[in-house]
Amino acid sequence: MEDILNIQGLELKSRIMIGSGKFPNNSLIPEIISASGSEIITVAVRRFDFGNPKENIISFIPKNIKIMPNTSGARNAVEAVRIAKIAQAACATDLIKIEIITDNKYLLPDNYETAKACETLAKENFKVFPYMNADLSAARDMKNAGACAIMPLGSPIGTNRGLEAKAMIEILIEEIKLPIIVDAGIGKPSHACKALEMGCAAVMINTAISSSKNPILMAQAFKNAVAAGRKSFLAGFGETSKAAKASSPLTGFLE
Amino acid sequence: MTFYNLKKQYDNFDFDEFSNSVECLDIEKILQKDSLSATDFLSLLTPKALVFVEQMAQKAHEISVRQFGKNIILYAPLYVSNFCINNCVYCGFSTTNNIKREILTFEEIEQNCKVICEYGIRHILLVCGESPEKTSLDYLEKCILVLKKYFECIDIEIYPLDVKGYEKLQSAGAEGLTIYQETYDKKLYKTLHTKGAKSNYEYRLETCQRAGLANFRNLNVGTLLGLNDFISEIFFTGLHAKYLQDFFPSCEIGMSFPRLRPTISHYQPKTQISDKKLVQAICAVRLFINRINITVSTRESNEFRKKLVPLGITKMSAASRVEVGGYTKNYGDGQFKVNDTTTVNEVKEMIYKAGYQPVLKDWMIL
Repeated sequence: MEDILNIQGLELKSRIMIGSGKFPNNSLIPEIISASGSEIITVAVRRFDFGNPKENIISFIPKNIKIMPNTSGARNAVEAVRIAKIAQAACATDLIKIEIITDNKYLLPDNYETAKACETLAKENFKVFPYMNADLSAARDMKNAGACAIMPLGSPIGTNRGLEAKAMIEILIEEIKLPIIVDAGIGKPSHACKALEMGCAAVMINTAISSSKNPILMAQAFKNAVAAGRKSFLAGFGETSKAAKASSPLTGFLE
Repeated sequence: MTFYNLKKQYDNFDFDEFSNSVECLDIEKILQKDSLSATDFLSLLTPKALVFVEQMAQKAHEISVRQFGKNIILYAPLYVSNFCINNCVYCGFSTTNNIKREILTFEEIEQNCKVICEYGIRHILLVCGESPEKTSLDYLEKCILVLKKYFECIDIEIYPLDVKGYEKLQSAGAEGLTIYQETYDKKLYKTLHTKGAKSNYEYRLETCQRAGLANFRNLNVGTLLGLNDFISEIFFTGLHAKYLQDFFPSCEIGMSFPRLRPTISHYQPKTQISDKKLVQAICAVRLFINRINITVSTRESNEFRKKLVPLGITKMSAASRVEVGGYTKNYGDGQFKVNDTTTVNEVKEMIYKAGYQPVLKDWMIL
């Protein structure tokens, strides 16, 4: 049985999404995409450089790979909407990942402004993927505003610290009936595996691959980890128990 | 609290005494921390910490790669005027220097823009001497409107303005401000800047504050290394950057480490900042403020800049001309003597060889 992630018509066989901002050379992008098995990459609109095709990051993305532009650099909903429209015109896509950062120290997203941008862009028929702090109320606002998935951070972006917001993400999986995609903080394949096992629909990875000494090998590791996590989720876990369950009971003679 | 008041708390601080009190064990403990206090930062600037410069560099590298990836943004300065009302003894534009004074027409600015664009540069730094009469706010606003046609990100390095002045330039399209305090030592500052608007130490110190209030996106501070002792100057510059980051959380804060270069003034630096000390300073700042842009300009040699790349540099100038309209004219007297005279392509090559990627475009004017 084929396991397809369908997000409002966006169909993906792979559950790993790739970020593009931190690689030492754009020419690595095709290999990393191939090694990870990803079918979609996010690119900051601020990096689009159509006036310079040789160095334009878009030129390095294989044609069969979907581009999800992001609004990196936006400080409020108005800027995010402007950037989204630039992206739409440049890439002929309705996909947009909203990133609104009002804190440049920790790069934490501003949920309030993100929800506002979701509302505006969803009304204009964008497929909106909001990057957010894992918060149930904000996720509900974004869902009600028309978001097609929710992208909580696992831990602060670029930290490689993994699923430190695990308990909050579990609540989102339970309560928000939209795909939950962990977007930031995943530093190891085991973190990604855990996210998929929990029931996340997908993960987005950049720093963990770009900061590795062997990005291609690490991308392969993520591919395997995500596949394992997803299969584990689909298979369902056996029960866990703190008490021992002996295979040879000592009190069986009482039966 | 203003930064001026924050800094006043250190008025009676004895930097020599503090330096002598730092032990190797203190440095080892600091290098185990994730978050540094101002005192920790200061400790990393002392001679004792110099022994640990490799450990500092390793940590600075690791933080920088996680925070920024392996990317270096390239920019170029465009000097539009060298008219100046100040007499800074170390500067080529000082009123005391008998140099040809020029101001670019908008047509000349366009010609320069075209050349810089041909190099592939998309981020520009508009620079002028400090003469509000010759380079009025209206003139600078028009300059920015011209630059907007060619560049994706415009920073300015001009004379200090009030908030309204910055608002005007921000509305025109300026995104960032670079301003060097030159020295944070108030007494020394007064002796180096005896006349002109620049003699007002406090007004200059609060310049970034005013630009931040005018919604500037990038604020970049620096001290001119060589004017004064190394430790206190880097310490206060770092403290200033941290203050701005706390005050304007949505701004990108940056810091430059300009070492004095020869000028027509023939000013002799008070102190020589060695390469090793500069590396110590860059690493200490990265450890103190993980998320800060660090710029190294063409004041440094190509070879040295290549070595600095992995230590946490995020921005570099390339193919800089520091003469007025220097991209199209026979070169006159620049503000200082450039050290790295390589082309943009050569700078890009140097960055690639260091295992990093040059980034020519990282913003667009909204």
